[in-house]
Amino acid sequence: MLRDEDRIFTNLYGFESPFLDGAKQRGDWEGTKELLDLGREKIIELVKESGLRGRGGAGFSTGMKWSFMPKKTDGGPVYLVINADEGEPGTCKDREIMRHDPHKLIEGCLIAGFAIGATACYIYIRGEFYDEGSNVQRAIDEAYAAGLIGKNACGSGYDYDIDLHRGRGAYICGEETALIESLEGKKGQPRNKPPFPAMAGLYSRPTTVNNVESVAVVPTILRRGASWFAGLGRPKNSGTKLFCISGHVNEPCTVEEEMGIPLKELIEKHCGGVRGGWDNLLAIIPGGSSVPVIPKEICDTVLMDFDSLREVKSGLGTAAVIVMDKSTDIVKAIARLSKFYMHESCGQCTPCREGTGWLWRVMDRMVKGQARVEEIDMLLDVTKEIEGHTICALGDAAAWPVQGLIRHFRPEMEKRILDYRARADRGGARMAAE
Amino acid sequence: MSAPTEAAAGTWAFTPENLELAKRIIAKYPPGRQASAVMPLLDLAQRQNDNWLPRAAMDYVADMLEMPRIRAYEVATFYTMYNLKPVGKHFIQICTTTPCWLKGSDQIVEACEKKLGIGLGETTPDGQFTVIEVECLGACVNAPMMQIGDDYYEDLTPETTEAILDALARGETPKDGPQNGRIRSCPKSGPTTLIDQAVRVGVKPAGQS
Repeated sequence: MLRDEDRIFTNLYGFESPFLDGAKQRGDWEGTKELLDLGREKIIELVKESGLRGRGGAGFSTGMKWSFMPKKTDGGPVYLVINADEGEPGTCKDREIMRHDPHKLIEGCLIAGFAIGATACYIYIRGEFYDEGSNVQRAIDEAYAAGLIGKNACGSGYDYDIDLHRGRGAYICGEETALIESLEGKKGQPRNKPPFPAMAGLYSRPTTVNNVESVAVVPTILRRGASWFAGLGRPKNSGTKLFCISGHVNEPCTVEEEMGIPLKELIEKHCGGVRGGWDNLLAIIPGGSSVPVIPKEICDTVLMDFDSLREVKSGLGTAAVIVMDKSTDIVKAIARLSKFYMHESCGQCTPCREGTGWLWRVMDRMVKGQARVEEIDMLLDVTKEIEGHTICALGDAAAWPVQGLIRHFRPEMEKRILDYRARADRGGARMAAE
Repeated sequence: MSAPTEAAAGTWAFTPENLELAKRIIAKYPPGRQASAVMPLLDLAQRQNDNWLPRAAMDYVADMLEMPRIRAYEVATFYTMYNLKPVGKHFIQICTTTPCWLKGSDQIVEACEKKLGIGLGETTPDGQFTVIEVECLGACVNAPMMQIGDDYYEDLTPETTEAILDALARGETPKDGPQNGRIRSCPKSGPTTLIDQAVRVGVKPAGQS
């Protein structure tokens, strides 16, 4: 188990003040100027060395992403945009950073912005997070008043503005180019890439979009050293991570742990175990709604990091762990996710717009068993028609939960269909015609 | 978008206070990029207008930002938080996505429907309550939950849900956050981490009586 002295988010539950007084006591904003004095290239190098991989779901190297930004520009604006549009079902980790430790985010925004040569930063927060946004805004105001950001930030000679932008309810805006479109005042519909945001992002200017957690851990990494962070977890899967464990556990919670912690240990140490005991476990969605579900026998031994979960054909995603015990109607649990993706498809690409509706309608019948056994393969085919055929990853995200269900729970789906058929045969034509 | 049923364009405007606020919002964005302010200004308009957005207000905001009105309509119809028709004074949004559903959001919906005598998407005849179903609100470890106005009510049971509705009906503002006594997203029987911090503020860690 991660030691308390190795935790980054020391105010995760808001035991202390989230604001500047509390933040300074926790060590935020201490010697920030010296960190900036390391210089752009050194900061990027250290973040690469730390092994930090993006915490928004994709797990791409943060330092590498920063290094894609142009080294020299025409002197015009360059942007850092923070993706605080947390909306992946199961995920509520950035919420804790923003309401209880917002200065970690603001200091991270300054350092990350400096490293990529940004002139300004926008934090795009989902609109429903009203209080969280208000805490971030207050932290921004405090940082300006204390000279930590703005002109000559922290006395470094670097001028840097940070503003908060509230979304208004659209899951798709968590996709980075949709987020940029939204920030420009448009519908949140993803852009075709290339050009990538590093070349032409916000207002067609060089832009990096980073997740809240990815940026908020950077000041601590620089203070404690890249090797400290790299020494936690496993190679290529280093550091600490916020996990949010929801569903059928005795004590759902958000907790910071070491990457690579066994899933079982995570649940038993911090969540009081699975409701009814570990043997009452049916399945877990280990990384937010987009990643495939894994059955108990995989949960018994799997480690919680990017590569371990990929090996079992799932993913760490946002590290949102959704636990389902044996009382769960697993088909219905996944069908509800299909409804979610249908609702959230932006409608731009035909395979996703039409396909997510198809998935939901077929899944809805599968819940009742009102289908033919051959339709399970047809459903799988539909997911393959969506996956990889859309501008953004929402189509993939809609396909994967259904694929995971079929991979691990096909017998349950077949049984339900046969049971429905048997009932219909007994009940005569009336039920069959429903 | 449904046909406008309200007063014609040109009759809607920000209050002087909101106009000042709008100018400050526009100033957050670079010159010439004022369209970026369309979402916050539509939100401001909705807040001024009893939590719904008439077409006249969309026109007003679009004109203020010198953007085609159709672009403001596109935004207002794309994002779920804009209400395009009047809603009750207490706007209740119940999350029913899988993490909340696993923890009994169906019972929360049922409790609201029974208590208020309306179905999802409906408003009570006295205009006090509107209930809708929404997708994940990002408070999954505190499921099931609902949002009323700007506030999250978490760790709900049918009983605590009814108590919240009763309090609102009496004109009170019930305390938001978890309704089962826990501290935010911390394990209910006490933290398993950050032990020194917990002890310092008098919170008992898990496993200590």
